[in-house]
Amino acid sequence: MEVIKVDIVVVGGGGAGLRAAIAAHVADPQLKVALVSKVVPMRSHTVAAEGGSAGVIRSDDSLANHFDDTVSGGDWLCDQDAVQYFVEHCTAEMVQLEHWGCPWSRKDDGSINVRFFGGMKVQRTWFAADKTGFHILHTLFQTSLKYPAIQRFDEFFVVDLVVEDGRVRGVLAIEIATGARFLLESKAVILCTGGAGRVYRQNTNAGIVTGDGMGMAYRHGVALRDMEFVQYHPTALAGSGILITEGCRGEGGILTNKHGYRYLQDYGLGPLDPWPRPKAMELGPRDRLSQAFWHEEQKGNTIGSPHGHVVHLDLRHLGAKKIHERLPLITEVAKTFAGINPVTHPIPVRPAAHYTMGGIASNRHTETSLAGLYVAGECSSVGIHGANRLGSNSLAEIVVFGKVAGERAAAYVRDVPEAGSRTIRQQAEAAEQRVLELMGGDRGERIATLRNEMGDSMEAGIGIFRSASGMQATCDKLAQLRERYHAGIRLDDHSLSFNTEWLTAIELGSMLEVAEAVAHSALQRKESRGAHVRLDDYQTRDDENFLKHSLATRNGDDPPHIGYAPVAITTSPPKTRSYGGAGQQVVLT
Amino acid sequence: MPIDTTTRTIEIECLRYDPQTDTEPHFSSYQVPFSDDMSVLEGLQYIKDQLDGSLTFRWSCRMAICGSCGQEVNGVPVLSCHTFLRDYFPHKLRIEPLNNFPIIRDLVIDQNDFLDKLESVKPYLVTKLEKPLAAGPHLQTPQQLNRYYAYSQCINCLLCYAACPQYGLNSDFTGPAALALLHRYNADSRDQGWQVRAEVINADAGVWGCTLVGYCSEVCPKAVDPAHAINQNKVNSAMDFFGVLKLMNKGGTE
Repeated sequence: MEVIKVDIVVVGGGGAGLRAAIAAHVADPQLKVALVSKVVPMRSHTVAAEGGSAGVIRSDDSLANHFDDTVSGGDWLCDQDAVQYFVEHCTAEMVQLEHWGCPWSRKDDGSINVRFFGGMKVQRTWFAADKTGFHILHTLFQTSLKYPAIQRFDEFFVVDLVVEDGRVRGVLAIEIATGARFLLESKAVILCTGGAGRVYRQNTNAGIVTGDGMGMAYRHGVALRDMEFVQYHPTALAGSGILITEGCRGEGGILTNKHGYRYLQDYGLGPLDPWPRPKAMELGPRDRLSQAFWHEEQKGNTIGSPHGHVVHLDLRHLGAKKIHERLPLITEVAKTFAGINPVTHPIPVRPAAHYTMGGIASNRHTETSLAGLYVAGECSSVGIHGANRLGSNSLAEIVVFGKVAGERAAAYVRDVPEAGSRTIRQQAEAAEQRVLELMGGDRGERIATLRNEMGDSMEAGIGIFRSASGMQATCDKLAQLRERYHAGIRLDDHSLSFNTEWLTAIELGSMLEVAEAVAHSALQRKESRGAHVRLDDYQTRDDENFLKHSLATRNGDDPPHIGYAPVAITTSPPKTRSYGGAGQQVVLT
Repeated sequence: MPIDTTTRTIEIECLRYDPQTDTEPHFSSYQVPFSDDMSVLEGLQYIKDQLDGSLTFRWSCRMAICGSCGQEVNGVPVLSCHTFLRDYFPHKLRIEPLNNFPIIRDLVIDQNDFLDKLESVKPYLVTKLEKPLAAGPHLQTPQQLNRYYAYSQCINCLLCYAACPQYGLNSDFTGPAALALLHRYNADSRDQGWQVRAEVINADAGVWGCTLVGYCSEVCPKAVDPAHAINQNKVNSAMDFFGVLKLMNKGGTE
């Protein structure tokens, strides 16, 4: 095992990881910063974000608006101190990205244009056509090349944290090309490893979104918070789950059922006119839209397709010019993957698992309960998303809190003494032994069998609507899958060189544990809030008993322990969450 | 357009090479059931999940934006997620790693040479004075944006390098994607870095390494047109040689 000593290890080379690495380096150029990623950074899943990133910029908007939209969108489960910090820093980060070259879409006068997203009072979403995540990621990656002092470990797969005397002291990583193990000793670790959407069968996420960082933190006793809140994006392609951006609706796209009827008006999001209006109809929040789809499917109003029922996302009235200018990726994706030209035909869509609102519990400074461990981006629960994330808050989150994590970690390492390296080495060797044993597995079930059963069970029990019996069945299934996983996985590949089957087996281990945290957190939340909606005895929000964060803590081979922690409420006491209503008609820019 | 999901079977032949055990590459053949909406990538995933877990390839987003899954299919560089099995049936597919790169394992190539070249073109905004954040965003009209926008669409998938005969002959050539990205920054109204990039452009391995075959632009899945970017920079490089470029607006000709 090779040992490399650095000051800070950033795990994950997506938007959050790159922003954290740059911030740590700029905060103290003397620090040794390692950026470790299982893919070359520009392959990270940030690349697939489409619609845009929030930042107050219009004169008719305000930080208070962004705060209110976020807190009510999150059904009051957001930590309001974190939201306040967030909204105060989004715009500066968007400007920072602009100064680094991000090709934001512009108005004719050269100023920044912003579009609507669901649940917003005022247009607030900075966008780069419909490839915003792609442009943000490439801008950050290319800008990071200005700082060769940031030492990159591309295609290194981090398998475990190393902890000594209550402080994180580094990570064990596999160099994928050779299978060689590296101990990266450090004084701080920043996890920016993304979400866990792949625990669902039909999802919008890239194959790499497997909850690795969540699993690692969880195994070291750090709680996973609010994991029951999994966002279903209302518009994905059936079958593949490929995302069709909310920007389509932000630009004026409409959703219709098999009768050509704009069904959202039947689900508290209408009336239809005047249209378009903010926070109404297709500009409602994601949880409500996905739930409306489910009801339409129950009523038989959806349209049959080989990969499940769909509704129509209709852009035709926007005209070819606007569609090609604002939604070029969607046009290409619809043509390639659905055989549809959105200029002439509506796009068939259905909800798919999209985003993990919860994550590794941290305070608004990105600090976790484990000293030296910082988190940012989708793997984290810094407290801004609550029970339902607003579209375009996650791209802003990765840069706002990526920067915080980089700066905080840089400050922290100044005062941390060097560790005694012997026990660190021993721990790394034990972790190495565990993963090598997994690679040796030559009897048992195939990875895909367990992974598919997990994905199907999560969809059946912890989907858009939930009930105690369904959730219990998924909890039982996951316990059984974990047993089967431990009983043995059969690998065909026992080579050390670029063994992706081995990595997939390690990922599956994390996914099963993270899925269990999701399922048990859901089962214990006996109310309906945001993306967690129950069909049994708990159909309404219960602030008296459940205005609190869930905390899933690992409990050996047994199901997780579910505890609770208070929500930080500063200025906005819980109110009824309302959308639709006869609002003001708006002009889309 | 309705998609036919009737299942048929297609033969997929994959290049295999494991440096631990093989002295040279060989091929393995698989029978893969497929429906009309299945991509080549989904065919490979089927093989890995059901038939042979040791078949090794990169993939991630499966929607043609992450740039991971470039391969040669029947000798043509493509993104496997963006290419469909139906288009080859009833013939077989032969899948190989991208041309012109060393093979790490099976269909996985070593992309480090490209990453070095990308870094060499200084692919970031270079400005004489740092603009404070408080000064807000630069103004950039849609026309100014359009001067570089197409070149900013590069997903670094390396199909253009696999297609480039010059890169195949001489891997010192900076190559299509990196030169397109160089042009992307040079042509950005916010950038003042063309002089620091001129050395890369003017070098033998720079734009003059290109012999105008144009296959790079043909295989580009994002219509970046690196051949056009390179040839614009031949004009700029020539004007730079004669001292004309510095008299013009930055970025030279479009």
